[in-house]
Amino acid sequence: MPVPETVDEVLDASGLQCPLPLAKTAKALNGLAAGSVLKVVATDEGSVLDFQSWAQGSGKCELLAQEKSAGDDGKTRYIHYLKRK
Amino acid sequence: MTASEVVASPVQEQIEDLKQRLAALESRAPERTSNKATIVVLSGDMEKVMSAYIIATGAASMGMDVTLFFTFWGLGALKKKRSLKGKSLLQSMMTLMTPAGMRGLGTSKFNFGGLGPVMFGAMMRRSNVASLEEIAELARELGVREVACTMTMDVMGVSKDELLPFVEFGGVGMFVGEAADSKIQLYI
Repeated sequence: MPVPETVDEVLDASGLQCPLPLAKTAKALNGLAAGSVLKVVATDEGSVLDFQSWAQGSGKCELLAQEKSAGDDGKTRYIHYLKRK
Repeated sequence: MTASEVVASPVQEQIEDLKQRLAALESRAPERTSNKATIVVLSGDMEKVMSAYIIATGAASMGMDVTLFFTFWGLGALKKKRSLKGKSLLQSMMTLMTPAGMRGLGTSKFNFGGLGPVMFGAMMRRSNVASLEEIAELARELGVREVACTMTMDVMGVSKDELLPFVEFGGVGMFVGEAADSKIQLYI
């Protein structure tokens, strides 16, 4: 799953715990046009599996890619790229 | 008849049979698909009510239509205040001895006469977990319905004016109707 080159909107869900990253993502996706790409940045490790199942179940979006990187604060960032259907 | 023909003919028959059955299945009208989740909240324990709202929020964020049914001890979570107006002695006692709102809910373990929830609240804040009230607010924003069971309201002496303004009222008919049409049914 290659990381998309362009992103239409970024949602910073860092520091948020379940279920807030999903709830905020759902809200952000609602405001996006079909085909737009949303990048979600989270610190919750559970968000990796969460977004995989959630994207499949919601039918509203497609999970394009997921990646991991180290944040400035030393906490790992879990990054999810979602495409609005 | 050669040996291979003897083997081939039943296989071909089976294939024909399967083709027919597949065609019959494909021509069937699609079943009505619902996308609902229904949760009964019987418990009035803080952590159980919280898990109900977390699941409701997750399901609603996935685009599901979610209904929470509150009955017995769960009703306390929907209260905005206490009122003793028109209540019997026992109902008044029940009202005074049960929580009046989410903030007043106790935990099922380590409650310590109400200190437990304060401790859990502090621990949740430290882990940056949203409070029960914040998660419930989020659930409402995502369209989660909250329905109070009128039968248990009568039994326990819970009046409509004690409950939050957006609460709906229903009975087992509404629950069974929604649950029968739901992909997720939980009893908490």
